[in-house]
Amino acid sequence: MADASLSSTVTAISGKFKVLQKIEFRGETTLRVERAEIKELARFCRDDLGFTYLLDLTGVDHFGEEPRFEVVYELYHFEAGLHLRLKISVFEDELEVPTVSDIWAAADWHERETYDMYGIKFAGHPDLQRILMWEGYPFHPLRKDFPLAGRPSEMPDVAFSKAAPLAGGPFVTVPSTATTKDREPRSREIP
Amino acid sequence: MLETSPVAYDSKIEGNVIFTRLDAAMNWMRKNSLWPMPMGLACCAIELMAAGASRFDIARFGAEVMRFSPRQSDVMIVAGTVTYKMALAVKRIWDQMPEPKWCIAMGACASSGGMYRSYAVLQGIDQLIPVDVYISGCPPRPEALIEGLMKLQRKIDTEPALRDQKREFLASFSGAAR
Repeated sequence: MADASLSSTVTAISGKFKVLQKIEFRGETTLRVERAEIKELARFCRDDLGFTYLLDLTGVDHFGEEPRFEVVYELYHFEAGLHLRLKISVFEDELEVPTVSDIWAAADWHERETYDMYGIKFAGHPDLQRILMWEGYPFHPLRKDFPLAGRPSEMPDVAFSKAAPLAGGPFVTVPSTATTKDREPRSREIP
Repeated sequence: MLETSPVAYDSKIEGNVIFTRLDAAMNWMRKNSLWPMPMGLACCAIELMAAGASRFDIARFGAEVMRFSPRQSDVMIVAGTVTYKMALAVKRIWDQMPEPKWCIAMGACASSGGMYRSYAVLQGIDQLIPVDVYISGCPPRPEALIEGLMKLQRKIDTEPALRDQKREFLASFSGAAR
């Protein structure tokens, strides 16, 4: 598949699988596909189409919409230099997606991070535990309904976590040519 | 000055014998041989390394022996952002250090969470372990770390060391005799 192109890839995928939506934006191709077919599709992309490399796997929270969550797969084709993005939708009441960590080993930690931050479970993952927050932390911090300051929680054995004092707004820098004092991170209202 | 000096020097004995109090001698030994536990967690650790290297040379203050084992260290220098996940490890290492031990919170993050006002960051290491010296700066320059170390040395100099232990020992002794 060294002479592969994105158009032949999309044709091959849409011939075998159900493509719900195809988005072209600035040379990037995104395919929205069925959640039930993602495992089979991932194997097809790796074995038959030559996308041997998983660049990234992450989640998106569209809070207030249905379906609420999305899982995004960024694939890369080494020989032809192609990028392909796959997206699946996940409803809040069935937060389970088949793992692709047996297809691309890189997905292992990415799926753990997605689980940690959004609470999306990956069925069949070899070791699905939190990767950034500590074991036993009760929240999923990258969800849109989770405040930046955090929520109080118990830490086993050691201590606790408290909400961070934000003093009115998130701590942000201001990009400008002003002095350091005016640019440095302070609590500011984001316009 | 003369009457508060911990050391008495008799020129007739030519320095072979020095009279002092045991407390003063112990504190003098402790403060001039502080072995740091370098808890380098973020960019402050770079300045900590600079303080240990030749230009600033923390060895001049007896604190050059960075020990990566808590069982051999006296002062924990918390240099950097303490996330809640790392806080568990910092606390555990602190608990493994033998007494007497001290703690320096180096930089804004270790002192107060700094600019990381977020769910993931402990807002100051003093919420978990007792801190002796806070150093401001983001990150502090090596001079600031050395200043903090000298502050700690002055603090150690005033510690009662054995006095309290002796009082406790005598109290327990008289209690047992009764």
